[in-house]
Amino acid sequence: MSHRTMHDTPTRESLAARISRPFRLGVLGWYEARWGLFFITPWILGFLLFQFGPMLASVYFSFTDYNVLRPARWIGLDNYQYMVTTDPRFWKAIQVTVYYVVLRVPPTIVGALICAIILNQSIRGRVVYRTLFFIPSITPGVAAILVWTWVLNPHYGLLNYMLDQVGIEGPSWLGDPDWAVPSLVMLGVWGSIGGTSAIIFLSALQDIPESLVDAARVDGATWLREQLHITIPLLTPAIFFVLVLTIIGTFQAFTAAFVSTNGGPAYATYFLVLHLYERAFQSFQMGYASALAWVLVAFLLVFTYLQIQGSNRWVHYGGD
Amino acid sequence: MSASLPVVRSALRTFAIYGVYIGASILFVIPFVWALSGSLKNPYQLELFPPEWIPDPVLWRNYAEIWTIVPLGRFMWNTLFIAVLSLAGQLFTASMVAYGFAKFRFPGRDVLFLLMLSTLMLPIHVSLIPRFVLFYKLQWVDTFLPLIVPNYFGGSAFAIFLLRQFFRNLPKEMDDAARIDGAGYWRIFFQILLPLSRSALIALTILGFLADWEDFLQPLIYLQSTEKLTVSIGLRFLAVTASSDISGDPTTHLLMAASIVSSLPPILLYVVAQRQLVQGLVLTGSKG
Repeated sequence: MSHRTMHDTPTRESLAARISRPFRLGVLGWYEARWGLFFITPWILGFLLFQFGPMLASVYFSFTDYNVLRPARWIGLDNYQYMVTTDPRFWKAIQVTVYYVVLRVPPTIVGALICAIILNQSIRGRVVYRTLFFIPSITPGVAAILVWTWVLNPHYGLLNYMLDQVGIEGPSWLGDPDWAVPSLVMLGVWGSIGGTSAIIFLSALQDIPESLVDAARVDGATWLREQLHITIPLLTPAIFFVLVLTIIGTFQAFTAAFVSTNGGPAYATYFLVLHLYERAFQSFQMGYASALAWVLVAFLLVFTYLQIQGSNRWVHYGGD
Repeated sequence: MSASLPVVRSALRTFAIYGVYIGASILFVIPFVWALSGSLKNPYQLELFPPEWIPDPVLWRNYAEIWTIVPLGRFMWNTLFIAVLSLAGQLFTASMVAYGFAKFRFPGRDVLFLLMLSTLMLPIHVSLIPRFVLFYKLQWVDTFLPLIVPNYFGGSAFAIFLLRQFFRNLPKEMDDAARIDGAGYWRIFFQILLPLSRSALIALTILGFLADWEDFLQPLIYLQSTEKLTVSIGLRFLAVTASSDISGDPTTHLLMAASIVSSLPPILLYVVAQRQLVQGLVLTGSKG
């Protein structure tokens, strides 16, 4: 019988309150606690073995010269110093990555938003359209890249053929240093706007109370004004969430460039993670590559922090 | 006039909506149509300008050839093998951990849970290199083990999070009743929680399969022998080794055929299982 008392505490208490409350355990409490810890043991082990442990090792490696075969040799801040002063590719990689993020994120967010708004209209065959919109995002990345390489082929590709029809001579896309990053942006936007971000926006749209929209319609708001003044402001928390995740993901871009251009032409698509991969797994400079990984983390932290700081200017939470 | 205006407006609106729908669908689908067209051509037809949408003749045999120029079937089998073994471990251990976080009180539980959630935000690159070193020392490089074994330690934080939500939303009277009947925690876990969580587990299976089929960076660094490659790495291998044949002609038609064939399993799975996917995700209450 006394087992029932275990569940007496309210489960909806705020997390902060629960963390700060001192923990007192009776005999039965200890019995329950032991079982709880037992059940989460796989995660604790996995965290130590495959996440926290490696992270500590990665910090250490970043201060060493290490090629796996010989023991790591402590060199202090040399890796970081080499990175910012001597490495001919580092600043190029930063520049390319930031350029890609800047070019890629706005159309991704806007596109996903548009997809969600279209999919939210009541119309026959919605499920079919939802599937069609979603398919690019579940197409395996490498397959999508190979298909797009063929679409963007300068001589025989679909895009330049269509441009040719309207009298424009298309560039050589992935082969042109000026157009390579925009090409990857096109590919990436196509492969992501109908996917999870659109689904997140869609479920946020469906949470908007009908009464608000109806009130606006009674007031004679046009469709566009309704979207701009009611829908979009109510979606800002979802937009913020997707924005943070998209920026984090875009900074880690790798596969598309690795498969289609391998960083070229003339290092035009040489992303930071490509640099990291080459240093770690082609030159076996594990120490230097670890330092690059932490620079990536630093970038992500700074960008995420800035977004959180900026967010109270434009994100409207329902509560206030 | 004034009476018919709303009718006209709503007709126009419907027309515009359908226009946007169809336009967007074409944008999403046309690269596949182009790839399908290319996959049925020969090198000569590929270089025709203006291109033909429907090749003449239609070379279905390209689809027979891709299985012989690279072991594409082997690549798909390998990926399936890795996905099945990974998912078995992930679903079982993630359920265990989620049960621990959802239904037990113990010191530090909420801190550990927050810690687990925060790992979702960390890029894999901070642990990638030491993990590679670890598996290299264990001589697991060029085996499937580095891609499978880590899944037996709680799987992904996302899966744990989702299942915990799901377990918390199950009425607690149910396990109270079971406890009064004298059922141990394991029995509650196996006989009550897991069967009730079928929809969430199915959703996670689908998502996990899609992710494993797509995974690139990890298989790339761990797998080396051709016969051990996964679909994604194998496709890239095909693109690198067979970008032109012996006579220097392009092999784009074969690349397109292989791309289409390897896209089919995830697309078909999604089409068949999307209802279960949505149901599983909505039932967890993660929406609210």
